[in-house]
Amino acid sequence: MKTQDLIIVGAGPAGITASVYAARKRMDFLVITKDVGGQTALSADIENYTGYKFITGPDLVEKFTEHLAQFDIDVREGETVTRVEKSDDTIEIDTESDNFRARTVIIASGRVPRELEVEDEKKYKHRGVTYCATCDAPFFADVDVAVIGGGNSGLDAVLQAIKIASKVYLIEIQPELRADPIMVEQAENSDKVTILTSTKVEKIYGDDFVEGITVSTEGEQRDLDVRGVLVEIGYDPVSDFVKGVKKNKFNEIAINCRCETNVPGIFAAGDVTDVYGKQIIVACGEGVKATLAAFEYLSKRSS
Amino acid sequence: MQKSVKVYSTATCPYCKMTKEFLAEKDVAFDDVDVGQNKEAAKEMVEKSGQMSVPVIDIDGEIIVGFDKKAITRELEK
Repeated sequence: MKTQDLIIVGAGPAGITASVYAARKRMDFLVITKDVGGQTALSADIENYTGYKFITGPDLVEKFTEHLAQFDIDVREGETVTRVEKSDDTIEIDTESDNFRARTVIIASGRVPRELEVEDEKKYKHRGVTYCATCDAPFFADVDVAVIGGGNSGLDAVLQAIKIASKVYLIEIQPELRADPIMVEQAENSDKVTILTSTKVEKIYGDDFVEGITVSTEGEQRDLDVRGVLVEIGYDPVSDFVKGVKKNKFNEIAINCRCETNVPGIFAAGDVTDVYGKQIIVACGEGVKATLAAFEYLSKRSS
Repeated sequence: MQKSVKVYSTATCPYCKMTKEFLAEKDVAFDDVDVGQNKEAAKEMVEKSGQMSVPVIDIDGEIIVGFDKKAITRELEK
């Protein structure tokens, strides 16, 4: 089996930018990724990426892929990496259908929406339960829905749902909403919205599709007759597949300022790491640092 | 022979846009149905796919859920 100089896992902002730098350095590398764009592809409006006063997530991803496409890069799209582990001097990378080896790896696998972890959530995924309000909100025309999570993305979902659904419950487990006041005010001013704080989702029920949820507010249970459950309770890093590297209590991969993990040769960049600032532009910069550090690591070893 | 391809999508869904661009790149003609505007089509899509996320791609009656390039290519080349 061929041993690559570098394998980049993931093609969100961090992975794509790492790839552009690796291509310009003429490194011998390949990219393995489930999808191109990652969370950016699902962002509605971006107004804080320097150079663009306003751009949508999909449009920014298109710009990224255009940039990537000017190089002849081997991108294995649609492949999920199941294991990355260092063995002796090389790093082994397994996907669902293949095995690879590399001298260095950059983990840029990002984050995925966190699940509620209540009974029957998986059964009703895409059958009323959605983690992408931007994608699926139109299915809830003229029905009642519940948005779970009182942060900015939860409120964003509420404001989208107001335009479509007949009634919107906003469920927050904490006593207060964490979202920006400007969004909370908009929600409060809509007569379609009912805000339930200190409230926990206990159960999702239905037949083939969601027909309601059971919630409890300070011990008191009630059923809400909703057809849609829009879950917006944060994100989890995709890091379980990386073995032997140090992670923090949030399961984020611990890195130093050179994007090095505790395992020599394994680098990590972007939202999967404990870097401060989970932002597209930060992830891009981190991808650059990881490639530069991996390049230097390889040069030192070959000399 | 040209296959009959139908894409069920919503205006706001990023993966729907990517799916349509992917098909256009491959010069595949397709029907574009906005289930956010057309409730009958939304019902049809839920019945065909047994779920309610977009995009759903119908290629000669074979149903693909999500922007799955491999599955779309496989179905088109059949």
